[in-house]
Amino acid sequence: MASPSTRSYHGCDKDSDGSKRGKLSVLIVDENVLVCRVHEMLVSKLKVAKELLTETATDGKEALDLHLSGSSFDVILMEMDLPIMDGPEVTKKLRAMGVKSIIVGVTSRDSKVDREAFMAAGLDVWLEKPLTAHKLKSVVEALEKK
Amino acid sequence: MLGWGVEFLRAEMNRLLALLFHQGVLDEQFLQLQQLQDESSPNFVSEVITIYFHESEKLLRNLRLLLMERELSDYKKMEIHLNQMMGSSSSIGAKRVRNVCVAFRAASEQNNHAGCLRALELLEHEYCYLKNKLHELFQIEQQRALASVVRYPARHN
Repeated sequence: MASPSTRSYHGCDKDSDGSKRGKLSVLIVDENVLVCRVHEMLVSKLKVAKELLTETATDGKEALDLHLSGSSFDVILMEMDLPIMDGPEVTKKLRAMGVKSIIVGVTSRDSKVDREAFMAAGLDVWLEKPLTAHKLKSVVEALEKK
Repeated sequence: MLGWGVEFLRAEMNRLLALLFHQGVLDEQFLQLQQLQDESSPNFVSEVITIYFHESEKLLRNLRLLLMERELSDYKKMEIHLNQMMGSSSSIGAKRVRNVCVAFRAASEQNNHAGCLRALELLEHEYCYLKNKLHELFQIEQQRALASVVRYPARHN
């Protein structure tokens, strides 16, 4: 049974910097509770938007259901190994639905075959774990350019 | 004297951390974890490490059970557990544990049962060492936090 997704909000203090985007929403898709917690914290520290929204899903079906219920995200951090429906399958389905989010594969798998299969499913970027503040920042910068 | 206690404990923490870095037990990802901790999440590191201990022990038990199946070991399931353990370990900077997982995964990909058993024993050993050292680190941190909030008795007229 899928566990409920969790949503958290982080607002930046008022500042006069008008260059920040209004809102950044990130979906973290990983079965690993520790990884979700760390990724959530990394996102909360980004100083790129006035409002940061993170949501987590612990399996592929949950990630898909969120989109089917109308949710949308700027960035999706997607693990390859997921219960019920794996990362590549979810990614293919999301792209088939017309989802235009930046989808980042974040995984411990490092084989060329796995990487190519995941990229072919519709990823924008493939990153090997651990996710760092630096890697995450470059993903958001790519979003700004899009 | 109290100030000396806090400084001594801080030095002990730094000494232990330096040792763990030098031994390759931890890497810079652990520092990244510490940098994420702040006033709004003052227990973030201990929270994450507690999750790591809980999840890792579950994964190690599952790996041992899979290897004890004498008829046929489910190498596919083993790889999934190993990827999980690698993900957690790399996320907290547990470098040596992660590296053993890489070797374990390689043995699993070759369906090498004896290799997997050796890797599991090494993994359990590395995990135990890491857990003991992190417990030591947190104990020193707790003592330091206690020492820094002790106040001189208030003067009563």
